[in-house]
Amino acid sequence: MTSLRQAWSALRAFKHRSPWPGIVLLAIVLLVLPFVIAQAGTTWVRITNFAILFVLLALGLNIVVGFAGLLDLGYIAFYAVGAYVYALLASPHFNVHWPFWVILPLGALVAAFFGVLLGAPTLKLRGDYLAIVTLGFGEIVRIFLNNLGSPVNITNGPRGIARIDPFRIGDFDFSRTETFLGLTFSGPIKYYYLLLAVMLAVMVICLRLQNSRIGRAWEAVREDEVAARAMGINTTHIKLLAFAMGASFAGVAGGMFSAIQGFISPESFVLVESIMVLSMVVLGGMGNIWGVVLGAVLLSFVPEILRFTVDPVQRQLFGRALIEPEVIRMLLFGFALVLIMTLRPGGLWPSAVRKRELAVRDDATGALR
Amino acid sequence: MSELLVAQDVSRNFGGVQALANVSFAIGRGEIYGLIGPNGAGKTTLFNVLTGMMPANSGRFRFDGGSLEGLKAHQIAARGIARTFQNIRLFANLSALENVMIGRHARTRSGVVGAVLRDRATREEEADTERRAFELLRFAGIAARANDAAGTLAYGDQRRLEIARALATEPKLLALDEPAAGMNAPETVALSRLLHAIRDKGITLLLIEHDMRLVMSVCDRVLVLDYGERIAEGRPVEIQHDPRVIEAYLGAPAAAVPGAASSA
Repeated sequence: MTSLRQAWSALRAFKHRSPWPGIVLLAIVLLVLPFVIAQAGTTWVRITNFAILFVLLALGLNIVVGFAGLLDLGYIAFYAVGAYVYALLASPHFNVHWPFWVILPLGALVAAFFGVLLGAPTLKLRGDYLAIVTLGFGEIVRIFLNNLGSPVNITNGPRGIARIDPFRIGDFDFSRTETFLGLTFSGPIKYYYLLLAVMLAVMVICLRLQNSRIGRAWEAVREDEVAARAMGINTTHIKLLAFAMGASFAGVAGGMFSAIQGFISPESFVLVESIMVLSMVVLGGMGNIWGVVLGAVLLSFVPEILRFTVDPVQRQLFGRALIEPEVIRMLLFGFALVLIMTLRPGGLWPSAVRKRELAVRDDATGALR
Repeated sequence: MSELLVAQDVSRNFGGVQALANVSFAIGRGEIYGLIGPNGAGKTTLFNVLTGMMPANSGRFRFDGGSLEGLKAHQIAARGIARTFQNIRLFANLSALENVMIGRHARTRSGVVGAVLRDRATREEEADTERRAFELLRFAGIAARANDAAGTLAYGDQRRLEIARALATEPKLLALDEPAAGMNAPETVALSRLLHAIRDKGITLLLIEHDMRLVMSVCDRVLVLDYGERIAEGRPVEIQHDPRVIEAYLGAPAAAVPGAASSA
């Protein structure tokens, strides 16, 4: 116990000294990571890439849910919008092949527009009511994508769009394997570095927004909308801004998803995905960017790890697989969620504000007892 | 004395209930203007209509030479009317300092791009916001609680914080809805000192209050409402002896009270 405490205080002292050694260490880990992971198979690099895409989604949703306090259950629709914008403008489907650095910002803009489209009619709604409307919006977008295959074929309906272009800059193709300085850079590894750069940029944007005039206005709206208006905050603008910003992150993530997968269909954008992203935000720690990143990484990897371990473990224990891996995987996953939310209602890494909120609530219940 | 706020025949009803019936009054610059009346007289409704929280059914306000007609709450705040709430509405989970910093919203400009790039103008504005917010906390006498969550402050301090937050919007008119409610006698005395200090900054005050000692000691003039109607206006001493005011508060005509007693 004492040694644990000593280690803890040593860690704290280290924390207070200078952040740079830590940052350099983290940078080295992140740069070397894909080559380490690749030892376990390229699949795991792909899984890592999808985890980063989910980090982007969770950070975007965190702006809407965590900062502005607007519950959104249809968030995956913006991911779909970004994905389809990329797929339609960079595939043989329309035989259009625009470069990705044009389409990604465009996808972000179109997604932001859809964010405003969802936000505008729901300005007066909060909580449960807003959740239901956003849920409906998510489904509407998916059903549209599913049905815009005829009479005019825009989205190719449920068959989806295939052979989507990978990212290319001149001759540099992100999907091709290359050897450089004796190191083999596979497609997923190249995408990993691009995704990492985008993720870091988005994290910086989020961290800076949170501690700004705009971030405070979002907090004010979340805490008390009437008081926010009395303080001169245009709550209409500030809420639409949250929807648009959150959606634009999903739009970028969607475009990258399209390019990495090479194939998309409406099936990738179902309600469960929205719920998954929301779980990442809530479980990680609503409103705290580091918590949200943690939540997204954990919830991306845990199901994959379970996928590869549940079956062998059962064989070891019982000699054969009693329960299908897919079933027990989601069962364990759900159980873990319930457990974490019971033990840490503010999330794994709660924001300071959320911590305060829970503390005040505990005081209140304490007084009642 | 020039007029800062003029209300002309302002009416508001809720279904069949007339909360405000053709109320007119004028507040001069630099005045401390009291608004009193029994419960349900329409005082808070008047605040809500004035600050754009709800529309009036008829009538208009002129403020600082312009009309407030059709303006939304946030626009009215930007014009220079700040308010506090009868049942304190702080951002309870944010720190006291953040609460006051949010009050600077209408007086600052930086947007998303500024926040992300953190250019020089944004950094300067941010530093200025924090400095002014801290000054206001000191002015309100709660600087020691700057980093505590607003919801954990003592009741009287929460009232003071709400005033500091309203002052952060740089109002010309500060409308306070029962600032002394729930305060003990020494706290009320300190509050009246604070109100005078605010007036000395050149800010006009509109004050709803039930604590008559406070009203009589700080207000220059008082408006009395009863059932949504203006029944009296004048200096505190005049109001105290107005038979209609006494009737409104005691529930029977002053002269009729002895007769009513004898018939019982």
